[in-house]
Amino acid sequence: MNTLALTAAKMGLGEAGINAVLGYVVVFFGLVLLMCVVILLGKALAGTNKKAAAKTAAPAASAAPAAPAAPSSVASPPAPGSAGEVKLFDVPDKEAAMIMAIVADRMGKPLNELRFKSIKEVK
Amino acid sequence: MNILETLSKLATESGFAGFFAAGGWKNLIMIALACVLLYLGIGKKFEPLLLVGIAFGVLLTNIPGANLYHMGMWDAYVYECAYDPVNDYALYNTAQERAYDEMEMNYYIVARASGHTTEQIEDYFEQQAGADVTNDFLALYATCDQNAANELAGKLKGELSFTDIIHLGGLLDILYIGVKAGVYPCLIFIGVGAMTDFGPLIARPSSMLMGAAAQLGVFFAFFGACLLGFAGNVAASIGIIGGADGPTAIYLTTKLAPAFLGPIAIAAYSYMALIPMIQKPLMRALTTEKERKVKMEQARAVSKVEKIIFPIAVATFVILLIPSTAPLIGCLMFGNLLKETGVTERLSDTAQNALMNIVTLFLGISVGATTVAARFLSLQTLMIVVLGVIAFMFSTIGGLLMGKIMYKVSGGKINPLIGSAGVSAVPMAARVSQDVGREANPNNFLLMHAMGPNVAGVIGSAIAAGFLLAVFG
Repeated sequence: MNTLALTAAKMGLGEAGINAVLGYVVVFFGLVLLMCVVILLGKALAGTNKKAAAKTAAPAASAAPAAPAAPSSVASPPAPGSAGEVKLFDVPDKEAAMIMAIVADRMGKPLNELRFKSIKEVK
Repeated sequence: MNILETLSKLATESGFAGFFAAGGWKNLIMIALACVLLYLGIGKKFEPLLLVGIAFGVLLTNIPGANLYHMGMWDAYVYECAYDPVNDYALYNTAQERAYDEMEMNYYIVARASGHTTEQIEDYFEQQAGADVTNDFLALYATCDQNAANELAGKLKGELSFTDIIHLGGLLDILYIGVKAGVYPCLIFIGVGAMTDFGPLIARPSSMLMGAAAQLGVFFAFFGACLLGFAGNVAASIGIIGGADGPTAIYLTTKLAPAFLGPIAIAAYSYMALIPMIQKPLMRALTTEKERKVKMEQARAVSKVEKIIFPIAVATFVILLIPSTAPLIGCLMFGNLLKETGVTERLSDTAQNALMNIVTLFLGISVGATTVAARFLSLQTLMIVVLGVIAFMFSTIGGLLMGKIMYKVSGGKINPLIGSAGVSAVPMAARVSQDVGREANPNNFLLMHAMGPNVAGVIGSAIAAGFLLAVFG
């Protein structure tokens, strides 16, 4: 058998068009519903996290009412080069990028799997 | 036997003699094509992990006499008909689209014993158009070499099972069982899941819309293939090239149109490697400078619990919605769960590395083996190649248009370039968004934002495949 038939019956163009549109709609429908599920999940978990945080914060506050606030991290505003979540304190962004790359390399983890909160020069 | 006879026997039985047999030149073309693919994989680094394996499979399967892969045997398996292992031929009446009846089988035996080629027998059955062949059989039977006929009749096999294939087949036939049974693509999906971070998608669920929109090419190419005269099942397999997801394309094609697996897999992987060349001009043409410069805000942090619940929720929900996606989505999400739990690090590591490498090795070489010259070198292959690039282009356009809609709706907060990453091809398509974004604004970092639509595209193409499987399977 050198050439197989194109197998099965050829489809009419109308039917093909309907199937194409229907398929596209089904993909959208599936992903939109999935989007709703993820949004609801995120909100439900955010609610749970807030409650848990409130519970842990209340006893901590009563146990140490006179604890001094962290002086430098609150006082100094983030440098203009700060991007996203990373707060840079007295660190140029080039050095910060280098530090993050070195940390990722030493840990053997890709950079996008690490989360840097702040980088501050210790004087 | 004297020396001359021995040498003559060696010469006629060698693979070189195969090049001079009828259609042997096609094998030479395929070997040249294998060398081109090897150059693209090794020299140009086009998806080398798969393309090198596929190219070597193309080379091995087209060396005359190697007998590593038997196209006729797989035809017989797919069409559930008898098989002639001597001539690697499936006893299937192509004109009537059914297995040979008893008299046609008898005619085939005596025709072969009379020296007719399989092409001549096919032409004869086409002319008969299903009419009774008893008289012609009797006429041939009287004149044929009856010993040869009896010998051939004794060697014919009935419907084949995987066990028969292990007994009769070559090495690549045995490896191909993993493709045919749909095992390799699903195992690869476990590895893909273990390597994928769905965090960006969970942080910005609206990325799903871009992943959905970027499946436009799948259905556009499907329609185009129907327009060119392909049957629905083949058109569906061609269309899925637009999903830019190799394992999904292989899985669906194996189920719907196995005869076209070679060209579809090669087109899918070649275009994935060419994504920067295909996507960048479209991205520049369909977006304005102002849109490309948009710097996106950092998405929210995603908790560990969300990342653990995500694969469980997606697997349950999507499989309930379209049950035929179960093998692909189930394996993808299982792999992701292994990664996110934090208690199955060894399994996650194996899925990402050892398992992925072993399966990629088998998948590449056995898919390449399906590109037998007699079938691959056809107008249909050319049409598949053209439709494949159209599918990729329209998928990119679909994603970009959705990106533009989201740019408007969000008041300019979303960079439409990340829409093109909605075609799967993880992470290549996201990298292209990053590159084009940085061309417009060197301080723009779109990579993580583009990963959202990118991984949504993987789920989207699996849903598209599930839909096509449900309709044409």
